[in-house]
Amino acid sequence: MIEPTLALSAFLFLIGTFGVLVRRNAIIMFLCIELQLNAVNVAFVAFSSLWGIDGQVFVFFVMTVAAAEAAVGLAIIISIFRHYQTVDVDHFNLLKW
Amino acid sequence: MEAFLFYFFFAMAMGGAIGVVVSKSPVGSLLFMVTALFAISGEFVLLEAHFLAAVQIIVYAGAIMVLFLFVIMLLNLGHEYQQDLKVGVFSVAWIAVVSVMAGLVGLSLRGQAGFPGQPSGAQEIQTALELYGAVGAIARPLYTTYVVPFEITGILLLVAIVGALVLAKRNVG
Repeated sequence: MIEPTLALSAFLFLIGTFGVLVRRNAIIMFLCIELQLNAVNVAFVAFSSLWGIDGQVFVFFVMTVAAAEAAVGLAIIISIFRHYQTVDVDHFNLLKW
Repeated sequence: MEAFLFYFFFAMAMGGAIGVVVSKSPVGSLLFMVTALFAISGEFVLLEAHFLAAVQIIVYAGAIMVLFLFVIMLLNLGHEYQQDLKVGVFSVAWIAVVSVMAGLVGLSLRGQAGFPGQPSGAQEIQTALELYGAVGAIARPLYTTYVVPFEITGILLLVAIVGALVLAKRNVG
């Protein structure tokens, strides 16, 4: 059952990558990043059925980091929205050279 | 039955993930994401990771997605129905890049029947589940081998709380 699980992980990661590259709404880009994190979690759990429980412990850490990242990232999005009145990333070109 | 459930959740996760990318409204995108998270939780159950399946539902679908929903409604983004997919030359280039990545992943997955090493993890997890239960099996390595990363994760959460408060506050200082 490990190969189809890894295939699912790869597909989810690719869809997440595609979403980050194509969508312009900052919140949906952020959702796609969460999708990529979940794809990695699926791969971790699949490999933990081969090599022991350590993979599941790492999934626990990844979830914690994802929660922290969601809190900070959404705060950044709120702060950007206050400044520009939009979450379209095409408008945020302050750091562009 | 197990194989049927596996491919059912497989299709559900894929459909949810594609829905996240193609949905026009942010709220629809979010609901598709919740669908995908539930399907991934089902896959976790089938892979004998019961505690992670429960945490996936409670933390991801219950807490993180609700936080996203709060922000979408706070910023009043639910009415933006215009398509924000970026079309043009670059999107074709991105599709090409993603396809090449998909091909490479498929190529590296194909032809690898087995994995090296000692595939004894399944029995190890089974004995841990029988001895300590679903929570104890993951709690024991968490509080013994990985206790230092666990404490560092606590500090990370504290920093994230303070950082989110400072960033989202209207005027600091």
